[in-house]
Amino acid sequence: MGKSSAGLASKSLAVYVKDLRLELRSRFGLNAVFMFGITTLAVVSFALGQASLSPKILGALFWIIIFFSAMSGLAQVFVREEEQQTALTLRLTADPDAVFLGKLCFNFSLLIIMAAVITPLFFVFTDAPTAGAINFLVILVVGMIDLGAATTLIAAIISKASVKGALFAVLAFPILLPMLIALTLSSEKILAGESLGEVSKLLQFLIAYAIVMITASILLFKYVWQE
Amino acid sequence: MKGRPFELAYSFHFGILTDVFTLKAVNIGKKFGERIVFSAINLNLNTGDSVAVTGPNGSGKTTLLKVLVKLLRPSSGEVQFQDDDRVLDDDSVRARISFVAPYLNLYDQLTGEENLKFFAAVRGGNITGKEVESLLAEVGLARRGLDLVSTYSTGMKQRLKYAVALSGHPQLLFLDEPMSGLDDSGQAVVASIINKLRAECIIILATNEKEEYAFGQKQCRLGQ
Repeated sequence: MGKSSAGLASKSLAVYVKDLRLELRSRFGLNAVFMFGITTLAVVSFALGQASLSPKILGALFWIIIFFSAMSGLAQVFVREEEQQTALTLRLTADPDAVFLGKLCFNFSLLIIMAAVITPLFFVFTDAPTAGAINFLVILVVGMIDLGAATTLIAAIISKASVKGALFAVLAFPILLPMLIALTLSSEKILAGESLGEVSKLLQFLIAYAIVMITASILLFKYVWQE
Repeated sequence: MKGRPFELAYSFHFGILTDVFTLKAVNIGKKFGERIVFSAINLNLNTGDSVAVTGPNGSGKTTLLKVLVKLLRPSSGEVQFQDDDRVLDDDSVRARISFVAPYLNLYDQLTGEENLKFFAAVRGGNITGKEVESLLAEVGLARRGLDLVSTYSTGMKQRLKYAVALSGHPQLLFLDEPMSGLDDSGQAVVASIINKLRAECIIILATNEKEEYAFGQKQCRLGQ
């Protein structure tokens, strides 16, 4: 029986809709992400007071908040399956590719929702310049795709470990570091008023990073997902 | 390294006219670290065959079932599924297996109906509202399909697992502690499901209950 792309798409959609439904009913991931993101933003805001920050610091600060907020919620997608003992049932019935793609899309959704809330608050609390908002949005969307692509496979790996939370950030950090550097540099330039053309090299790197990560994850996932 | 004084090998065939599905386990063994759970098990089962796997606690009944459905890799030997002599790949096998066990949970935060629809969808099939209703009625959950599974009792969850198993139209049915958590009417439902599927499935069940041994035409005793 061959694996048709239409069949894979509908199975992946089933996994995605199921995860979305579970998240809306439990709000494990959303609560974790927002609690961390908003707390950090509030602390940063109080610490800064009226101080004006350079684009370099703003760019770094923004991605630090996004990175740690994401780390607190993205692993849930697999951890929940292991903790509620549904992972074995899923392993037995679902195509590993469909499981990965469904969960990848779910993590993208979680990241987009997180960014949609945290980004405007960041601009309000830090008084960051909004002149290049559209360009910043482009970097943000590419960054969310990179973050989701790089962390979904790691979430699957750590879901079987006993110390999940700390391990997720530790394993993810070296893989995410090049991406975070590129995101910080491109955000800094955009916040300093440069155009997308001027950060095109960084943008190309970020898009290539996403493609490599998604491809590698699809190839490796079934080995992580099985025993 | 010391293995258990245990080796089992048997093979049996029944005359099935169409769509013969075969499970072949050749010399399979499983060990965790240095501990050998079982070794040198050979099975050759065709559609219509049923086996009760028995043995004391810790003898490897559950491990054997997990190895046979490829949830665990065997430490030695090979498990193969064939359809009319054609070796099936993992995707094809997955679509034909149903497994009911206490450790295979359904989603508590989904309703009974949503669980049925989800597992049908990830298997690549489609299930209509009428089929859902009929499956739920068959396992005695006719009016509870719209309730979250978290509100079900243990026995009701077990009944729903059978509904999910049936929705996959299995050719290979694995049951670990098949009557676990079920009341008398639940046990009657399971007995009728097993009898209904007997002719069109390979059924392998693991149990310690003597009255359930009869569900298997043959017995495979582990830990001897």
